[in-house]
Amino acid sequence: MTSMHRGGIAVVGAAETTGIGVRPEMSVLGLHAEAARNALADAGLTTADVDGVATAGPLAMEVSHHLGIEPRWLDGTLVGGCSFMLHVRHAAAAIAAGAADVVLVTHGESGRSRVGVAPWAPNPASASGQFETVYGAQAPYSTFTLPALRFLHERGMTREHLAQVVVAQRSWALNNPRAFRRKPVTVEEVLAGPPIAYPFTRDMCCVVTDGGGALVLTSAERAKDLPSGDRAVYLLGSGEAAEGPLVSQMADPGSFAAFRKAGAEAFRTAGITHADVDHLMAYDAFAHVPLYMLEDLGFVGRGESGDFVAEGNTVKGGSLPMNTNGGGLSYTHTGMYGMFAIQEAVRQLRGEAVEQVQDVDVSFVQGVGMFFAAAGSLVLSRHRG
Amino acid sequence: MPGPAPAPIPETLPFWEGAADKELRIQRCTPCSRHYFYPRPFCPRCGSEEVEWTTVSGDARLVSYIINYRPFPPFDPATPVVVALVELAEGPRMMTNIVGVAPEPENLELDMPLKAEFIEYEDYTLPVFAPAVAR
Ligand SMILES: [Zn+2]
Repeated sequence: MTSMHRGGIAVVGAAETTGIGVRPEMSVLGLHAEAARNALADAGLTTADVDGVATAGPLAMEVSHHLGIEPRWLDGTLVGGCSFMLHVRHAAAAIAAGAADVVLVTHGESGRSRVGVAPWAPNPASASGQFETVYGAQAPYSTFTLPALRFLHERGMTREHLAQVVVAQRSWALNNPRAFRRKPVTVEEVLAGPPIAYPFTRDMCCVVTDGGGALVLTSAERAKDLPSGDRAVYLLGSGEAAEGPLVSQMADPGSFAAFRKAGAEAFRTAGITHADVDHLMAYDAFAHVPLYMLEDLGFVGRGESGDFVAEGNTVKGGSLPMNTNGGGLSYTHTGMYGMFAIQEAVRQLRGEAVEQVQDVDVSFVQGVGMFFAAAGSLVLSRHRG
Repeated sequence: MPGPAPAPIPETLPFWEGAADKELRIQRCTPCSRHYFYPRPFCPRCGSEEVEWTTVSGDARLVSYIINYRPFPPFDPATPVVVALVELAEGPRMMTNIVGVAPEPENLELDMPLKAEFIEYEDYTLPVFAPAVAR
């Protein structure tokens, strides 16, 4: 009997789009397809092997039909940028239950070039349309950012701590040819950058890019027989949770309940402790988000996240290398970044990352969706547990 | 310059009608003896339908904020907007704008007391907040 967690399910294919960052020649669906075909090639499989498809953005059957797949299992869970963490979790459950054998999870977005993208049209009758958008919370930078000053204030932290996150993550991107922002920066330069939404300056906000990524999952049993089997990455644990679609209605603006719940479930299902984690991907749409995650996931105590980053714990040689692709702040951010966080975790576990950390056995991947609305957590390992 | 107009639905209409009367109207659950927001015909805490619309004081405190330097139309893109999270004296929190002060951090001290005001636009009236003590 295949188990959903503890190594029963493997990621056997993982790839991003061939080009990333600026792709004016490629539509959203085209980015999904390119990523999917790259990931299947990586796995040594073809579309004929795939019987399950999960995606967010386009409908799952748009992606499956476009690729020529006849799925017997579909998942269109859309909870924002962490949708793909949930897809991996749902796919693992489906494979363990026998509802699918090989699942393809795809992402693609033309966030920068907006090729084939429907115009942005908020619903003025939705709860957020009536009670948030009317006040100027129109974009991620004017919505997701809203609780940050409270978080800092309650902890005696400052904007310098936000800037330290940017500097730390940029250090990982300097030598990465696929990263969108690659110039070294200082705390002073970050703080003096163009103001976007006080307390956030430009570099505290994610880049805006085109790109995609895809994953192929199957049972660990089947993974053994694949050409990619020795590069398989195993799912040890996972979690998902949601609070609500209104950032103004967070139960506690200084802590996100869904990080706490999803993270705790991932640790519990994986049967690991924080000390077992060698590498952390902490979805960073904005500089405050990894600080919330470090505290809400329990990697540091309350109020310790800022100094933890500022003291170098998350950069090369640190105790907890974090966002080693440069993150959403430096590497790429198409709109729903979660897929790229998973991709970097897989690369690190396979030993194939640009900035490879030595001896990564366990990577914790924490996603966030639709501002502080939803969360998804994955514990991945190069060993079956 | 107003932002995008809200489109009230039956469940929220009393809030917007209250705003037009320059009153902040939110719901209160009788069994919980608690106010809640945003409007729903049942209490999100206990599920009771024994809820009533009440006019609240308009007193609040500043919980958090951002200064949006890049608002989209129909806002004037050149005028920064203070997007704030406030906690009403009655308990619930809501998003709002802070008016009556220049949009500068030195005018926006967290936890400072606020008072509701109402801005009339052509099609609707928007509840906003200003410092309770002139700064
Ligand atoms: Zn109640």
